[in-house]
Amino acid sequence: MQQFINITLSGLVEGMIYAAFALALVLIWRSTRIVNFAQGAMAAATAFIALALIDAGQSYWVALIVALVSGFVLGAIVERVIIRPVEGGPELNAVIVTLGLFVAIQALIAIVFGSAFQSFPTPFGVRGFEVGDTTIALTPTSLYIIGSVLITMALLVALFRFTRVGLAMRASAFGQEVARLLGVRVGRMLTLGWALAAVVGSLSGLLIAGGEFIYPAYMDSLIVFGFVAAVLGGLDSPVGAIVGGLLLGLALSYVSGYLPRGSALVNVAALVILMVVLLVRPGGLFASSVARRA
Amino acid sequence: MSEPHGSTAVSAGSGTAPGTALLQVQGLTSAYGPVRALDGVTLDAEAGRITAVLGANGAGKTTLLRTISGLVRPQAGKVLLDGEDITRSAVEAMVSKGMAHVPEGRGVIAELTVDENLRVGSLFRGKVGKDEYDRVYDIFPRIAERRNNAAHTLSGGERQMLVIGRALLAQPRILLLDEPSLGLAPRIVAQIFGLLRQLVDREGLSVLLVEQNARSALSVADVGIVLNLGKVVVTDQARTLMADEGLRHAYLGF
Repeated sequence: MQQFINITLSGLVEGMIYAAFALALVLIWRSTRIVNFAQGAMAAATAFIALALIDAGQSYWVALIVALVSGFVLGAIVERVIIRPVEGGPELNAVIVTLGLFVAIQALIAIVFGSAFQSFPTPFGVRGFEVGDTTIALTPTSLYIIGSVLITMALLVALFRFTRVGLAMRASAFGQEVARLLGVRVGRMLTLGWALAAVVGSLSGLLIAGGEFIYPAYMDSLIVFGFVAAVLGGLDSPVGAIVGGLLLGLALSYVSGYLPRGSALVNVAALVILMVVLLVRPGGLFASSVARRA
Repeated sequence: MSEPHGSTAVSAGSGTAPGTALLQVQGLTSAYGPVRALDGVTLDAEAGRITAVLGANGAGKTTLLRTISGLVRPQAGKVLLDGEDITRSAVEAMVSKGMAHVPEGRGVIAELTVDENLRVGSLFRGKVGKDEYDRVYDIFPRIAERRNNAAHTLSGGERQMLVIGRALLAQPRILLLDEPSLGLAPRIVAQIFGLLRQLVDREGLSVLLVEQNARSALSVADVGIVLNLGKVVVTDQARTLMADEGLRHAYLGF
């Protein structure tokens, strides 16, 4: 029983990070119909910026804020300079551009920060809380992860639901031409959407780095998990991304906790889940009932 | 009536006198790829009137509206709104100049609620009072009942009311409507056109209406313009066109 609780808890915490990363992918997909394969590399770049600041003596929190801001700027620049020319063109072009960007940013990280493993700090302890006389797999760091992802999601919901900019962004995502005709500067909204997505991606990159080692390709597995979570949720639905992330976190945690040599099977399990979803319910669990106009 | 009214007087606000040309299209030529869709189209839409552009599928009606609002860039010709040359203006700027274009296929943003759709119409204006939304809901009580529903649950007629209401929230001086009757029952078409007529008569709205359904359009319009293969064939009073049996048979299909 205790093992089950611990495995579930660590699955939920991991799932939160997958959810955040999946959300970043979904935000971009639903506004520009592009899967941003460079998301992970962009997030890794901001984590290295954060680490450079920490190594220079800044506090974790200063580094976190600078990383998120640089994520915002990087997202905006990527959309405006690299994605804009291929937006609205053949889908394959955009995919190849983001793949190219993925490779380029990763190489750039290695050039600037080196490719050695570097330890990334976490602001809170990684010792589990004690319940009675047993230690459970819930640590102050996991509470920090859960809390920061929930706060970020709440802020995004508030932005989209209750502000004029949020409405303009949704209108631009779902009805580009109509939004333009009604005076919405769609281009700016798309840039803003990429910037916000990059912030969320950057957050997930910093959270998963906490207490671990980072190297230029450390986000690669998170790209796969985040993508599976996003597809699980339907790619179009932010709520789906979050539920998909949590479900995937749990599933992978059970695989790694219960199957013999399970931790080696985690990547395989993620791909199996991806294949099953695509075969059984290709629209994802939260497929929107609305048929999208082209 | 085949000659445009001579007035090019620039007047401020929506105070353009009825009957003067609010929107002037001069020699407009544009193409979709290699196909020339508009071939030197010249027409006026007068203030406080409904001008209906009629013609068969492929006559260039939709391209005309899309070129006027800047979605398609013309190869030649000019578009003037109240005397101001807006031919090269950005699409996003048109609505603040007083032009609202309701595109073909209704243009409801299906993922948003009815209320959010209306709010998109007033986004560019900054803060808009509740009474303005209430006014639109007064004009279209059917969508008022459904204000919190997702827009994709609306019927075709309700969608048309929603997009016209949304365009009204942009406070346009001229409304560009592309095939509002498409796919709607005749009773609903009559209702929507009746409301349009009221808005024009009571509030001085000007409308440039593009329609394949010539009979309904001529019954509500003041002026009719027949487009064929990208060229203006006839411009005349709507009732004169209605009475011209030869023309109706040749170009309007009724």
